[in-house]
Amino acid sequence: MTEAATTEQTPDDDIMSLSSVDQYLTFSIGDEDYGVKILSVQEIRGWEEVARVPNTPSYVKGVLNLRGNAVPVIDMRMRMNEKDPQYDNTTVVIILRAKLKGNERIAGIVVDDVSDVMNARSDEIRKTPDFGERVNTEFIKGLVDVGGNMVMLFDIDNFMQHPDIYDDDVDSEE
Amino acid sequence: MSIDMAQFHQVFFEESFEGLDVMETGLMALEPGDADIEAINSIFRAAHSIKGGAGTFGFKPISDFTHVMETLLDEMRDGKREVTTENTDVLLRSTDCLKEMLEAAQAGEDADEQRVKQHQHELQQELGKHGQRSQESDSPVNSAASGPAASPAAESRGWKIHFKPQAQLFQTANDPIPLFRELRELGELQLDTHLEKVPDFDQLEAEDCYLSWDLTLLTDADLQQVNEVFAWVEDLSELDISPLSDQSPNAVVSEQKSLVPQRREEDKGKPKMDRRESDRRQTERRSGSATGQNAATTSIRVETNKIDALINMVGELVITQSMLGLVGETIEDKQAVTAQDIEKMRDGLNQLERNTRELQESVMQVRMMPISFSFSRFPRLVRDLSNKLGKKIDLKLTGETTEVDKTVIEKIGDPMVHLVRNSLDHGVEEPQERLAAGKPETGTIELNAYHQGGNIVIEIKDDGRGMDKDKLLNKAIDKGLVSEDDVLSDKQIFELIFMPGFSTAEAVSDVSGRGVGMDVVRRNIQELGGGVEIDSALGVGTTMTIRLPLTLAILDGQTVRVGNENYIIPIISIVESIQIKADMLNKVGGQGQTFKLREEYIPIIKLHDVFAVQDADHVSLDEGLLVVVEADGSHVGLFVDDLLGQQQVVIKSLESNYKKIEGFSGATILGDGSVALILDMPGILHLNKKMNKTSQAA
Repeated sequence: MTEAATTEQTPDDDIMSLSSVDQYLTFSIGDEDYGVKILSVQEIRGWEEVARVPNTPSYVKGVLNLRGNAVPVIDMRMRMNEKDPQYDNTTVVIILRAKLKGNERIAGIVVDDVSDVMNARSDEIRKTPDFGERVNTEFIKGLVDVGGNMVMLFDIDNFMQHPDIYDDDVDSEE
Repeated sequence: MSIDMAQFHQVFFEESFEGLDVMETGLMALEPGDADIEAINSIFRAAHSIKGGAGTFGFKPISDFTHVMETLLDEMRDGKREVTTENTDVLLRSTDCLKEMLEAAQAGEDADEQRVKQHQHELQQELGKHGQRSQESDSPVNSAASGPAASPAAESRGWKIHFKPQAQLFQTANDPIPLFRELRELGELQLDTHLEKVPDFDQLEAEDCYLSWDLTLLTDADLQQVNEVFAWVEDLSELDISPLSDQSPNAVVSEQKSLVPQRREEDKGKPKMDRRESDRRQTERRSGSATGQNAATTSIRVETNKIDALINMVGELVITQSMLGLVGETIEDKQAVTAQDIEKMRDGLNQLERNTRELQESVMQVRMMPISFSFSRFPRLVRDLSNKLGKKIDLKLTGETTEVDKTVIEKIGDPMVHLVRNSLDHGVEEPQERLAAGKPETGTIELNAYHQGGNIVIEIKDDGRGMDKDKLLNKAIDKGLVSEDDVLSDKQIFELIFMPGFSTAEAVSDVSGRGVGMDVVRRNIQELGGGVEIDSALGVGTTMTIRLPLTLAILDGQTVRVGNENYIIPIISIVESIQIKADMLNKVGGQGQTFKLREEYIPIIKLHDVFAVQDADHVSLDEGLLVVVEADGSHVGLFVDDLLGQQQVVIKSLESNYKKIEGFSGATILGDGSVALILDMPGILHLNKKMNKTSQAA
């Protein structure tokens, strides 16, 4: 009830208030809803075969030709411990981009489908509870309540710097 | 008006580094006793430009330092000082120091003051050696280095300056007012303006300067500082600077005489340069001193004819495009396609293909630079090192005009330096030893570059003692790099020196012998997609052959298929492709397989195993194809399902969006839009080894 009360107190058009409003693209993996900041979404593509990269974890699907650039594609469903995800016509690849040490980097994530665009004010975002070891919250930055549904906010910075797709120190590859 | 001077810094640094190269090359070419005026002039000009630029951009230590060098060069040019080995050496060392200062400035750091002082002192001493020049004219230089306190000129508490600019002063974008302003910063300034030359108004040329001044400056500043204020106008004006206390102006007048005509002489060569510099100086005065900034952008100088070729190509491309467009329109109008249309279309497409290829080549040309950029440092290096080691060495450079990609040139420099140093240190013998072996006293090191196929080959050849195979082998056994029972071919023995931690030098010197170098050399060359080979004969000499792709952006690749996946093998590493017969195969240790190719046993790497491909067509070795490649000096057979086409592929870095994956040097986009990974041979070898180890452990 408490958060419902706070949302009512603040008028909808209160853009000038201290808490900023960000837009999120929501997508689903299995029956879970996720949101990713819309400004870091470059495009959404239908699933297509990518070139597999040998000797990488199975959730790294491979590299995609994105207008002449080789872009890694990670199956988020497998990353989030879904065992045998299906690839059908609603399966989409969200191409994300982020700046890392001054360089723009691009990566794709495979999700079940994209649903909507939602607004979330920064004071609405709650911390991810500590689930302990068993639940993978690596890429979850926070939680937002949208009409009673919980949406997990995708931590793109953490994702882009993850050793799965990034050499932190290029010299120490040995 | 304020301009951010930092934006010009990069240009200044680039020009200065080029200038340094000119100076170095020039100094190297100077023969003792022979004052080649043209050579000295070019060195002087380069030094002068650096000094001017440094002054403009507020790198005062650099301009001061260069000024001292300039003075020495100036005397050489006038024939007042003979060109000797000592003073060229001093100048060369100063060039190095200057380079360090510039690099420090570029990085936004302070230069090592101690070192700078030391070099400046050395220069001073060299200058002081000669008594031929008058004491007075040396004084500005002395005072610059030893500071105002020690300078005799500083004792006079001020200067009397007669400044009479030429009429065209303003046309060179110079303006006396900032000069006076600057003088005022040095001390108390009294101005006496002479207006008598100003004509009647109707005859007055608005852009001419009719004024002259007598200035009295009460200051502790020395002559050097005052002179510097007028540095940009001294050749455009009559300038007399005399100490206030000393009533006889002779000393300074004599200096002025010696300076002005020389400047003139130099100006004839490049009047625009000075003008530009004075422009810069003016702008800088207005905007205040610029601070050092670390600019990360690199630029490239391209010959105009290459750009013209590019523009021509683009022109043709546009024509082809409009021709194809026309064909499309006709078809659209007619709503039907005739055989003629198809032919036209095919013609157009052929033309387009040709255009694209030519355009691609021209664009590549833009990045191409002659390898002399890399070779030019060696005369200096060889000279310094051979002096140090007491060896006599003749360096021969051939094929300097061979063009290579800029990136390759930048990256090949260090490995080459290393190899040349090795040749000098380990290869070529001491003069006595050479004479005893019946060789000429002077050893020869040859650097040669040429194109072969799509590669550039660089040879480093010496006629020294060659490599002792037994010694190499024993050392390797000592270090546990090979076991005593291993039978190695000559080539494999020579390859040993590329192993980490291998050094045959008896004593470690600062030249070589630490054993950290050669493996790095090879790694660097491999990173460029090339390879290095050694050929040596005991007592006759050693040849190192570096083979590099012409460009890093495009590579000739062989597409191979493994299951449903396509991979690219660089053609440069392919020796041959063969179909194997069962009787060629041998098992080794129950696991590994080798096959015999012309008396050589070649290990086989099954790509479908290494890459864990599930749906490979052929698992049995006698069904598929074997691509024999060269990796790290030995031959390996890669087992694949099929060979597809050969084509040029554009290399896409995996790291830019992803990370480095062992076994692959990059990716490329195939004609159908799919991505294919490019194999990296040493990486594949390593992967295979790792896999064998884990399978043995399991």
